[in-house]
Amino acid sequence: MDPAVKHIGVLALQGSVAEHMAALERLPGVRAFEVRRTRELMEADALILPGGESTTIAKLLRIFDLFEPLCARIQGGMPVWGTCAGMILLARKIIGEPSHLRLMDITVRRNAFGRQSDSFAETVRVPAFGPGETPLVFIRAPWIESAGPEVEVLCTLHGHIVAARQQNMLVTSFHPELTDNLNVYRYFLRMAD
Amino acid sequence: MNAQNTQQYELNKNLAQMLKGGVIMDVTNPEQAKIAEAAGAVAVMALERVPSDIRKQGGVARMSDPGMIRGIQQAVSIPVMAKARIGHIAEARILEALKIDYIDESEVLTPADDLYHLNKWDFKVPFVCGARNLGEALRRIGEGAAMIRTKGEAGTGNVVEAVRHMRTMMSAVRRLSNMPAEERMAFAKDNGAPYDLVCWVAENGRLPVVNFAAGGIATPADAALMMQLGSEGVFVGSGIFKSANPERMARAIVKATAFYNDPDILAEVSEGLGEAMRGIEIEQIPPESRLADRGW
Repeated sequence: MDPAVKHIGVLALQGSVAEHMAALERLPGVRAFEVRRTRELMEADALILPGGESTTIAKLLRIFDLFEPLCARIQGGMPVWGTCAGMILLARKIIGEPSHLRLMDITVRRNAFGRQSDSFAETVRVPAFGPGETPLVFIRAPWIESAGPEVEVLCTLHGHIVAARQQNMLVTSFHPELTDNLNVYRYFLRMAD
Repeated sequence: MNAQNTQQYELNKNLAQMLKGGVIMDVTNPEQAKIAEAAGAVAVMALERVPSDIRKQGGVARMSDPGMIRGIQQAVSIPVMAKARIGHIAEARILEALKIDYIDESEVLTPADDLYHLNKWDFKVPFVCGARNLGEALRRIGEGAAMIRTKGEAGTGNVVEAVRHMRTMMSAVRRLSNMPAEERMAFAKDNGAPYDLVCWVAENGRLPVVNFAAGGIATPADAALMMQLGSEGVFVGSGIFKSANPERMARAIVKATAFYNDPDILAEVSEGLGEAMRGIEIEQIPPESRLADRGW
């Protein structure tokens, strides 16, 4: 294996898998692949947890014995990026329901921006993701209600935290995979350096 | 169509993208909705009678009671969809007022208009519509549908029609992608499809919106079959709550949809499910009772 090539996995149990794969394939020096089993998880230098339904993905993680190995790899330092449902999976606390991986010191509120009729898109400058503007797409999106001291807030929108990082864990309430913009992907790849 | 409309349409297509690889289950009360959510459904379809009961009981099938839909919205955190009759502008407005996440303009209900479907561009809420072939799918998308599903033959537990519709659609997409540009207009004419959408499909080799399978899916193997044929997810209507053990059937269909290409997992999840819903041969349904023929 060429050590210069980064092997980026996309958890492929449900959700916006194809969209993340397509974005990764546009980036040089990346080999993107879908992760459904432990052996695929072990090949990943870094992993994306896509958008989708967090309850469904969490259920499938347990059913297919990926839950423990995934926890172990993230605790072992593998860079991971959760978009929307992925952010909910990583959160230590979810308001009103049991949490899942409980690895990142954030409390999230599901569907915080509302139902589908409240979904929205906005383009703003997020310095962490580069000097230009980054388009943000929110679909029945969660937000981070509160974050622990080790969490670095990367983006706040209308008074709510929508992107954050804690060491090897990156989370966004929004979906860069639904836009053509690769800013957040480049940021994530730098985490995998 | 103004800019705000275009952006809302993109967001509405985006929600369907989040449902990909998942199972959307018909539920008739909050208890069933909770069972569906616990089994891993990505969304539920709230309706008063599942298609097999509509078929049995007959009469006019209409939009569900808003109170019942609200009860289901309160019971689960996943998206909630509901059905409106084809062309019934007022039912669709009521569902929009309920902040439903997706409206199914559905042939399973008795059509309210025998000539026209809804102009879905007029609404903020997203629509999913049934189709038997590419022309029908593109007509619905032309009217503003943000998601497509095969019609299949709902309430039969017989997957043959869904298979036919999916194969017909996928084969037309493949044909279009190999078609020289000068043949596209004739294709649009022959299939009753908007020309710009025909060109889009030819250039991109896929539908411009997410495409699920529906109508007759009754077992985990049926769900896996539809995924193998190119479906991006499945709707299961009567198949779950008309089976002997709805919880187990629901979980098994969720697993089979996610791992549709893995025969070992399919074998494992198909074991000991008890009786699936009792099916109907399509030939035994009189033509006037076939739901798939509703829609224009």
